Amino acid sequence: MGKSLFEKVWDAHAVRQLVNGQTQLLIGTHLIHEVTSPQAFGMLRDRDLKVQYPHRTFATVDHIVPTNESVEPYSDPLAQGMIEELRKNCANNNVTFFDTNTGRQGVVHIVGPEQGITQPGTTIACGDSHTATHGAFGAIAFGIGTSQVRDVLATQTIALNKLKVRRINVDGTLPPGVYAKDVILHIIRLLGTQGGTGYAYEYAGTTFDKFTMEERMTVCNMSIEGGARVGYVNPDETTFEYLRGRPYSPKGAAWGAAVEQWKSFASDTNCTFDDVVNIDASHIQPTVTWGITPGQGIGIEESIPAISDAPTQSERDSVAEALEYMQLEGGSPIKGKKIDVAFIGSCTNGRLSDFQEVAKYVKGHKVAEGVQAIIVPGSQVVAKIAEDLGLDKIFIEAGFEWRAAGCSMCLAMNPDKLVGDQLCASSSNRNFKGRQGSPTGRTMLMSPIMVAAAAVTGQVSDARDVFGFASAGV
Amino acid sequence: MSSTPIKKVTGKGVFVPGDDIDTDRIIPARFMKCITFDGLGEYLFHDVRKTESGEDKQHNLNDPRFAQASILVSGNNFGCGSSREHAPQSILRAGYNAVIAGSFAEIFFGNSTNLGVVCVIASDADREIIASAIEAHPELEITIDLENHKIFYGGQSVPCEIKQGARDSLLSGNYDPLDELLEGADEVSKTAGALPYMQA
Ligand code: SF4
Repeated sequence: MGKSLFEKVWDAHAVRQLVNGQTQLLIGTHLIHEVTSPQAFGMLRDRDLKVQYPHRTFATVDHIVPTNESVEPYSDPLAQGMIEELRKNCANNNVTFFDTNTGRQGVVHIVGPEQGITQPGTTIACGDSHTATHGAFGAIAFGIGTSQVRDVLATQTIALNKLKVRRINVDGTLPPGVYAKDVILHIIRLLGTQGGTGYAYEYAGTTFDKFTMEERMTVCNMSIEGGARVGYVNPDETTFEYLRGRPYSPKGAAWGAAVEQWKSFASDTNCTFDDVVNIDASHIQPTVTWGITPGQGIGIEESIPAISDAPTQSERDSVAEALEYMQLEGGSPIKGKKIDVAFIGSCTNGRLSDFQEVAKYVKGHKVAEGVQAIIVPGSQVVAKIAEDLGLDKIFIEAGFEWRAAGCSMCLAMNPDKLVGDQLCASSSNRNFKGRQGSPTGRTMLMSPIMVAAAAVTGQVSDARDVFGFASAGV
Repeated sequence: MSSTPIKKVTGKGVFVPGDDIDTDRIIPARFMKCITFDGLGEYLFHDVRKTESGEDKQHNLNDPRFAQASILVSGNNFGCGSSREHAPQSILRAGYNAVIAGSFAEIFFGNSTNLGVVCVIASDADREIIASAIEAHPELEITIDLENHKIFYGGQSVPCEIKQGARDSLLSGNYDPLDELLEGADEVSKTAGALPYMQA
């Protein structure tokens, strides 16, 4: 019987079985950032251990960097302390650091792929739950805790239980105005925020075959929001083309050999999965979250669920809690809800193609009065290309702020925050209570185009109407 | 760093109602601008406990009757969201060493187990019974008995579940895997040696 990519990569990296039955798994590539690594370096120092494979750890700084202030020291001394600590830890341990002066700094899940560090058939770990992003390349990529960051630094391995594999087939063509972001919001809505617990998600089907690497990354990125720690797409020509010529991609004769090896990791056609889900792409709508978990999403044409629609008491409680926090009324349309802030960026949708797509449509439009709209490139590389293409000018002309690379308003660790109970149309991945920095701030997740539509109309809108999509295609 | 085996956890309980208690609620990101975990206990459930102006909200976690609690009782999908170990670290540092929930997010569960924070699953009905018992008698001693898969309270008991591997590691005191991982160094270099991309 054939094997899935997950099993092949797992087997190639399994070192041995541990006493408690877990596997000691080799982590080929370790990515670190400033929030979850300093304590791990501290634990290493406490035990007098050194970094075992320093050339396999790569660092960047993303969560705390201000996006509107480039000169250090930053006005927030805590942020300054964190970047300095990372600098020191990397220098002392010979770890490559894509610092802010390298032109390569950015959100860790954007930097790895664009540098060619993220490769098929590898294992990748990062002290960050959106590490599954790298699975877009056919890697098995895990989010880990800080004690495990310590374990990887000290041993290049972690102790792990093997996951089951659920294949999610999405077939067909997405309707115009429907994007990769809608696909993953739809999947999470369908399978729930806990549906993926214990599973790796293998995303496949003709929709994924046609997707670009950036679209695949958007989907894999949010696997964890559906409870799946790992999500991946089998590597194919699209993957290899993306990686060709990147700084860390194999070169010369090694390239051909690597591609052959990468191909061999793809799931065999005759392998079986622990579960299979089939989705028809033509049924997916532009999706918007109305609640406080990424699973609380609906199509733009739908109404917000009423408490009484939920089948169980605990679900009724959840709906009630979400409606109250979001200040929404069950049964009312989601369309037309006034927004205060629009945010386009993050490791979900902060890549070049996201900005190109938005630029194509916002030209000639203006951000609505009273709305703060910010666009934040996911990395310095993305920023540079976007600026060379003149996208920044289009955005600024339309009334958006164009910022420097970082996590920005995706979470509350830098100056970009919601204030009070502001409602934000956001291209990021989490709508938890308080996620965007104000304990009462409200987040609605959607695709970058839908955020742009909300920005120019001042309310949650159907981008297809606002930008006249009907036949534009994607 | 083999630690003391954990067979039982005994303490008073506090009920934190709600499903999908995410890590941003357990420890809001703005309190993570730190380079050590020291002091995180103070910010556990900060925005659940405090108003925006910093006053205490009415919540079990602020109720002096539950001030002695060391076991959290909560809903389904506890600890979802971020991989931040800041979450179990803040739980531990605020004086709690076990969580009873309907289910746990995977990364949170792993992080907690590594720290020796015991996470066990009990049914909705059983957690409701425990929650009302705590409400009626805050001084009630609760014991999570890992060997027998039971939660004892006030002379009664309900069943609880925990992943086999995690249970074994807690019972044997091997929940921090670092020493065992270090022992595998030779085999690690063999596995790495067979992978082209691992070569310097
Ligand atoms: S962009 Fe958001 S989700 Fe991504 S790494 Fe940064 S904070 Fe985390």
